[in-house]
Amino acid sequence: MAPPSNRSGSNRKAQLSVFTGYVLASVGALIGAALLIISLWQPQAISGLRSMAVDATSSAGEAGASARTGGRSFFEAIAGYYRAGSRNAELQNENEVARVKLVEAQAIEQENKRLKAALGLRDGEVKPVALGRLIGSTSSSARRFAYISAGSSEGVGREMPVVSPMGLVGRIFETGSHSARVLLLTDSESMVPVRRSTDDVVAFAEGRPDGSLRIRLINLGINPLKKGDVFVTSGAGGLFRPNIPVAVVEELTKDGAVARLLSNPAATDYVSVEPVWQRDAVEMLSSSPSAPATESE
Amino acid sequence: MIDPINPRSRQDAFGSKINRDHSPALVYGVPWISILLGSLTPLLPIIAPAPLLPPIAFVFMVAWRQLRPGLLPLWAGLPFGAFDDLFSGQPFGSGILLFSLALIGLDLLDLRFPWRGFWQDWFIASGLLAAYILLAAVFSGSQVGGEHLVTLMPQFLLSLFSYPIIARMVSQLDRFRLFRVRRLG
Repeated sequence: MAPPSNRSGSNRKAQLSVFTGYVLASVGALIGAALLIISLWQPQAISGLRSMAVDATSSAGEAGASARTGGRSFFEAIAGYYRAGSRNAELQNENEVARVKLVEAQAIEQENKRLKAALGLRDGEVKPVALGRLIGSTSSSARRFAYISAGSSEGVGREMPVVSPMGLVGRIFETGSHSARVLLLTDSESMVPVRRSTDDVVAFAEGRPDGSLRIRLINLGINPLKKGDVFVTSGAGGLFRPNIPVAVVEELTKDGAVARLLSNPAATDYVSVEPVWQRDAVEMLSSSPSAPATESE
Repeated sequence: MIDPINPRSRQDAFGSKINRDHSPALVYGVPWISILLGSLTPLLPIIAPAPLLPPIAFVFMVAWRQLRPGLLPLWAGLPFGAFDDLFSGQPFGSGILLFSLALIGLDLLDLRFPWRGFWQDWFIASGLLAAYILLAAVFSGSQVGGEHLVTLMPQFLLSLFSYPIIARMVSQLDRFRLFRVRRLG
């Protein structure tokens, strides 16, 4: 049972200190409200402070992340020991990667055919800027950010795509010197231009609060999608290179579909940060006043 | 003849009462450090597809405030909220505002209901947590619609049931905090 709190009674000094406490607390709340308005207005206003804080603590987070990886393989080893003949955790993983790679290859083939027909344009091999571990994510906030263990000292910059072997994870939102914040695809502010891997049905993939993606077709009309369709990035907007696998359709809706993420960030250990695909196009789009949704913050 | 004194009479649960005193570093450090450590949960290797973990720092702060009114100053919401905002992914300022309002609200509640039991404390904490999770979602800058509210439910329920556990942890920490470790003279 809580004891009765220290009310001031008729002591003048105590009354004054209680009053001062309330004044200070209200000033604190007002400061909070003002900062909240500023940071909703200008999301980058205090990003420096935030990245410094994450930089300072990221090494501990990285240790945790490696423990996660190690721990999982430890339990897998035990599982393999007891369930003889089922060392399939790793194989299953490999198979899954292979399946995604197959779809990716099909998509590339189709893309090549299309490009050769149109322009004869070829894009070169994309070299990753940096490799990093996913340290953690904002698991108690309504926004979906993750932290990775590579920062501006490794050459990571804003808006760069983050890719795992299974597909697209998100893009860099803020960088510290040894860590960076990734806006995951499932964040409600994230929007990626995608197309169906087998043909040219173009759409936007938006994050939904429950951790799936919403595919919104650009050409409305009869919904051509089917369950199991795989969507890859289309390269529109210039941020993401084409043909990175994004999501697989799970449920059809009126104007598109609800899709499941292919690269579940919880199951990824290492991610690579790739350069912005067409920097000139992105800069042009973001500088023009009628910029479309590629710069959504 | 004089009876020997009971050897336990100069001791209590917090150690010897003679020649020993509480250490100010523990008395004030333990609550602050436990709440600040609660803010570091986003660095745990849990990558959640949807908001799931309870706001640990907030639950710790409410639990400390319920157990020891007057231990945390009324303005403590400002530093706790600011530190929480650095990691939580919320826009900076949302934690400061919500933590401060919660402390002010609890203080006003103390005026109205000075004696409370654990069930009332839990009830009050669950009300605060519901308000916190809802307002944090509103302040996060994402659109809050019907389906969004549904996805907040698991987080709310987890927070609801984390309160008794954290309150128990806080009472253990409180015993540790009040050990007489400082040697006098």
